Amino acid sequence: MTAAATHSADIRPAFPGMKVTQARVIKSEWTKFRSLRSTKIILLVSIILTIGVSALICAVTASHWTRLEPGDRASFNAVASSLNGILISQLAVGVLGVLLISGEYATGMIRASLTAAPKRLPVLWGKIAVFAGVVGTASIVSTFVSFFLGQALLTGHNLRVGISSPGALRMVIAAGVYLLLVGIIGMALGCLLRNTAAGISSLVALFFVIPPILGLLPKSWSDKIGPYLPANAGEAFWGHPEGSHLSPWVGLAVLCAWTAVAVALAAVRLTRYDA
Amino acid sequence: MIEVHNLTKRYGDKVAVKDLTFTVRPGIVTGFLGPNGAGKSTTMRMIAGLDAPTEGTVSVNGGRYRDASAPMAQLGILLEARAVHTSRSAYNHLLALAQTNGIPSRRVAEVIDLVGLSEVAKKRVGGFSLGMGQRLGVASALLGDPQTVILDEPVNGLDPEGILWVRNLLKGLAAEGRTVFVSSHLMSEMALTAQRLIVVGRGQLIADTTVAEFVAQASGNVVVVRSPQSSELRELLVSPDVTVSAIAPGQIEVHGLSAEQIGDVAWENRLRIHELSTQQASLEEAFMELTRNAVEYHAHGVTPSHSADDRPVTSGDPR
Repeated sequence: MTAAATHSADIRPAFPGMKVTQARVIKSEWTKFRSLRSTKIILLVSIILTIGVSALICAVTASHWTRLEPGDRASFNAVASSLNGILISQLAVGVLGVLLISGEYATGMIRASLTAAPKRLPVLWGKIAVFAGVVGTASIVSTFVSFFLGQALLTGHNLRVGISSPGALRMVIAAGVYLLLVGIIGMALGCLLRNTAAGISSLVALFFVIPPILGLLPKSWSDKIGPYLPANAGEAFWGHPEGSHLSPWVGLAVLCAWTAVAVALAAVRLTRYDA
Repeated sequence: MIEVHNLTKRYGDKVAVKDLTFTVRPGIVTGFLGPNGAGKSTTMRMIAGLDAPTEGTVSVNGGRYRDASAPMAQLGILLEARAVHTSRSAYNHLLALAQTNGIPSRRVAEVIDLVGLSEVAKKRVGGFSLGMGQRLGVASALLGDPQTVILDEPVNGLDPEGILWVRNLLKGLAAEGRTVFVSSHLMSEMALTAQRLIVVGRGQLIADTTVAEFVAQASGNVVVVRSPQSSELRELLVSPDVTVSAIAPGQIEVHGLSAEQIGDVAWENRLRIHELSTQQASLEEAFMELTRNAVEYHAHGVTPSHSADDRPVTSGDPR
C-alpha cells in the first residue's frame, strides 16, 4: 500500500487528474518567475552587464592597443576579453538566484508553496529547472552576443579571432554555464540562509571578497587553495587566467562540486527544518 | 477529519505545544480557541506539515499530509501570517499554486469570484488591504476544493460584511460535509460560528467540548438575587463552596448555588426576594475564566475582571 492510499478513500478530488507532479511544479515555478517584475529586471541587467562591459573592455583595449605595455599585449586574449563582462554580471545572476528563494521566505510565500507541494524537494528542483532554462539560455545567448560584438570592436588592430579559433567556442559556452552555476549557488545560499541580505552577503564574500584576501596569505597557501575557489575554478573553465593550475575541465569539475554541495545542503535545509 | 495525537512542539527550552490530543470531525465547524501565544498557529502549522512535531502525530483525512498525492484536495489552509509574494498579482499567485496540483485555471477565476476579488485580481497583492489579503488567503485555501479546511484567524482585518461572509462560508463548507477548523481569539465570533470548541492555553488542552457545554461548564451557577434583605441572605448563603458578592445596593451575585436552593433558603428564613435569576455566562467570560492561568502575556497591572476570585465574599461596596 502506498502512503497516499492511507488517505480515506471517499475523498475524490474535485478536478480530474489532480496530483502533484514534478512537471506541474516546474510549470508553477515558471508562472512565479515570469510574474515578478523584479526577477525580469535583474535578468535584463545581467544580460546588459555581460554584453555591455565586455564591449567596453574590447573597445578600450582596441583604442589603447598601441600604448599598451608589451607584457599586457603578450597576455592579451581576445576571447577572454570579449567575455570579461561576466566578472560583473555574475553578481546580478547570483543575486537573482538568492532572491528567487529568499524572496519567498521574506514574504511568507514559501509557506504557500510548501503546503501546495508538501514533499518540498519538487519545489527546489522546480526552481532550479526554471532558473536553468531561463537564466542558462539568457546567459549563453548573451555570452555569444558578447563574443561577436567584442570581436567586431577588436577588428581594428587585427586582434579579432573567430569562433572556430582554438578554445573560443568552449570559452563562450563555458562563460554562460559559469553564470548559470553562480546563479544556482546563489539559489542554494538563499535556501540555506532564508534571508536576502545574508544570502547576497555570503555570495559576495564567496566570489568577490575571499579570493583577494587569499592573495594576502603566503604564496604557498594561496597557490594551494586559491585555484579551488569557485570564482577561480570557474575562470579556469571559461577564461584564460594567468598561473592557473587547473585545466578548463578540472575547473568545471571543481565548480560543479561547489554547486552540488551547496544544492545538497539546501535540500537538507529545506526538507529537515521547519518552514 | 484531523487527528492530533500527543502532539508536542519544543523550540529549544520553550514548549509551544504540549501533549495535545484532539480530533476535528467533518460536517461541523470546530473552533480553535486560545489566547495569543497559546500554540494555535504552531499546531496548525504542524497539521499542514510546515513544522515537524517534536513528539506525537498529526493526520489529515487519515493520512500524513505530506504523503497526499493531491494535497490541495485534502487540505486547504489560510495561515495567519500572509503567505503571498507582495509583488505578484492575486491571479498569478493563485494560478501558480493551482498549477502544482493540476487544478484547472478556470478554478482560479472561480475562487477569485467567490471571494469577491475579481476587480483587483490583476493588481499587485502588495497594495491589498488586510481584508483583501484575508480574502485572497481564503481563495487559496479553497482552490483545491479541499475536504478539510484550516483557517487561522480568518476574520482578522475584515469589516462586518466580510465577517458575516466568512461565517456563512464556514457554515456552508461544514454543511457540505467538510472538516472545518477555525482558530480565533475572538470568543464571540466562535460562539456564532462554531459548534465544537477546542480550547488551548500555553500549548495545553483546556477543553474539547461543544460551545453550549463550554459555557455551562465555565459559568457554574451564577445567580443574581435582588432582595431588600440581601445582607441577611448573604450571611445565610456564604459557605466554603459558595461565594456571594454585592453588585448593587440590595442586589447580590451568588456562585455555587442554584436559583432553587437560594429560593428555598429565603423561604425557610422568611426573607423577601424581588428577583432571582440564573445568569448565563457569555462564551467570553467562560473563556477568560478557563484560560486565566494560561494567558502567557498578561498586561501588567490589569487583572481579568471576570475572574471568580476577584469577588470578595463579603463586600458591601456596590461594584
